[in-house]
Amino acid sequence: MRVRHLACALLLIAAPAFAADEDAVPRITDVTTIEARVQGCVTCHGQQGQGTDNGYFPRIAGKPAGYLYNQLVAFRDGTRRYAPMNYLVAYLPDSYLKEMAQFYARQRPPFAPKEAPKGDAALIERGKAIVTAGDGAKQLPACVACHGAGLTGMEPGVPGLVGLRPTYVAAQLTRWRTGERRAADPDCMKRIAMRLTERDVAAVAAYMALQDPPKDASPEAANFVRMPMACGSQR
Amino acid sequence: MKRAVALVVIVVVVIAGVFAWKSTHQGYLPVDPKNASAPPNPTTQVIQRGEYLARAGDCVACHTEPTGKLFAGGRAMATPFGAIYVPNITPDDETGIGLWTADDFYRMMHTGLSRDGTLLYPAMPFAQYTKVTRADCDAIFAYLQSLAPVKQKNKPHELRFPFNKRELLLGWRTLYFKEGEYQNDPAQSAQWNRGAYLVEGLGHCTMCHTAINALGGSKESKEFEGGMIPNQNWYAPSLTSNREGGLGDWSLKDIGDLLQVGISMRATVYGPMAEVTYNSLQYMTDEDTAAMAVYLKSLPKKDAEPPPTDAAKLVQPAVMERGRQVYEKQCVMCHHSEGRGYPPEFPPLAGNPSITMATPVNPIRIVLNGGYPPGTRKNPRPHGMPPFAHILNDDEVAAVVTYIRVAWKNAGTPVQAAQVSDLRKLLPE
Repeated sequence: MRVRHLACALLLIAAPAFAADEDAVPRITDVTTIEARVQGCVTCHGQQGQGTDNGYFPRIAGKPAGYLYNQLVAFRDGTRRYAPMNYLVAYLPDSYLKEMAQFYARQRPPFAPKEAPKGDAALIERGKAIVTAGDGAKQLPACVACHGAGLTGMEPGVPGLVGLRPTYVAAQLTRWRTGERRAADPDCMKRIAMRLTERDVAAVAAYMALQDPPKDASPEAANFVRMPMACGSQR
Repeated sequence: MKRAVALVVIVVVVIAGVFAWKSTHQGYLPVDPKNASAPPNPTTQVIQRGEYLARAGDCVACHTEPTGKLFAGGRAMATPFGAIYVPNITPDDETGIGLWTADDFYRMMHTGLSRDGTLLYPAMPFAQYTKVTRADCDAIFAYLQSLAPVKQKNKPHELRFPFNKRELLLGWRTLYFKEGEYQNDPAQSAQWNRGAYLVEGLGHCTMCHTAINALGGSKESKEFEGGMIPNQNWYAPSLTSNREGGLGDWSLKDIGDLLQVGISMRATVYGPMAEVTYNSLQYMTDEDTAAMAVYLKSLPKKDAEPPPTDAAKLVQPAVMERGRQVYEKQCVMCHHSEGRGYPPEFPPLAGNPSITMATPVNPIRIVLNGGYPPGTRKNPRPHGMPPFAHILNDDEVAAVVTYIRVAWKNAGTPVQAAQVSDLRKLLPE
């Protein structure tokens, strides 16, 4: 009774927004599966969390489950503000948000094609410096020091940045700088973002957009490296 | 001109109210010290019963901030008259209700008068809570007193003139407040009476499901006939009309499921009603849920407006075709080509009164913003609908909502792109 054949119908929704092979549609034959339950997410984040062609909706596939769970809780409780997300998850219990986070953390869909680079060579160079080496004069650690050599993040709470579009990266860094986005204390990302200029934000976003995704997009293991700053999200 | 008339009405009503108040409440204040309260040593059973009743009353929804301490208040409630800051009802002696007595609490619930004699704004549903029995009020009070006190000062309201004048409330009370505990209707069953007691009293369902007028009141004669929820821009459907949320042809199980589980074979709760199910109704026992269903199903059938004429239902063929195309592409997967849905997980659209009711606000908002039903004890992992605001333009949303309102023998009316445009400007909530 509860097994229903939705697979054919699912194909219809997949066609318009994505290239068909990019968005492998799950064969949902049972409405009780998690794939059927998270259809509320797909028009923005894609069937497998790979993102869509809208630059402001992030890829969520493969990010550490702890990070995704922290974001869902923050959206529900209003400590991270984005009205469409706050509304959608307002009345969902912790256990379910955790299950959603774990589902998307398991996904490894292909990456979207890279966007054409924006910005001159000097900007890209500055971005490369911040991402790979940091800036000693500004006490700015390299992004890769916490987000992983391949920018795939670190368990349990540091997000992967690979595959995010430059508009999203720049918008989020700006939100950290203005204090609009926060994380658990001690809020390492807040301290780092406060040391970035507007140009630094544009540089980091532009450089990241140029990077090829690694073969294995899995986050690094917890405390794979000793982090340069204390982060509440890693505790 | 309208404002001048309203002002005159207000002045007359206030004078009448003060007169009526003085003549009926001589010597009501202050509290009679000889009227000693029961000693504050309730049993565990009473406290647990109080917790259950506090949930039935959904106290937490207003008296707790999203990330705040339980019942410490501080939450801003937007009203058409300005912001009301909800008070701290933890048992803190200084900033909460720690020094209140059970008499004070009962008087507040029953008459809308605070401990110091202040008239409460009707954002506090005392017009409904007045129906709650003394024993139930005492149990809720015992429960609140058993909680951890939180020291958090109440914030003053930010209401515009003249609504910041509490004397006005005397007028409001004269028009819209009838004091008195619920009286059993001997012609009805015990189950019906239990349902009526919960729906009309603690449930305070009429707060949303009866239209609210410019003075923030609702007429008893229009009870449960539905209304727009001010400042939230969701429409609370009529519970009496068979064309809206009317429950006449629903099974008792479906009514109960909708309330307590959040989903049913007939429809699903979203928006403000999702909050009510999440914070309150999911905790009701099966017996109480069934009682509420029995009462709601028995509400007299009446429609505020006549059904739409054939002319009003007329849709341009091009619009219908466009709506069908959008439906085939975006909606069929979960809602089925004939609108049957895959209930209860994916709700039906054919024959669903939420889709066809006179105002199209709710279906438009759901198409734009999507929605998740509440995660409840009986349905902790609900199925969600995604937003389409970024995929469909105003014409496409209008076409697809028109389509689902008239296809499959649905008796709704077409919607216009301008209505979609207006609702798109609102933040989802």
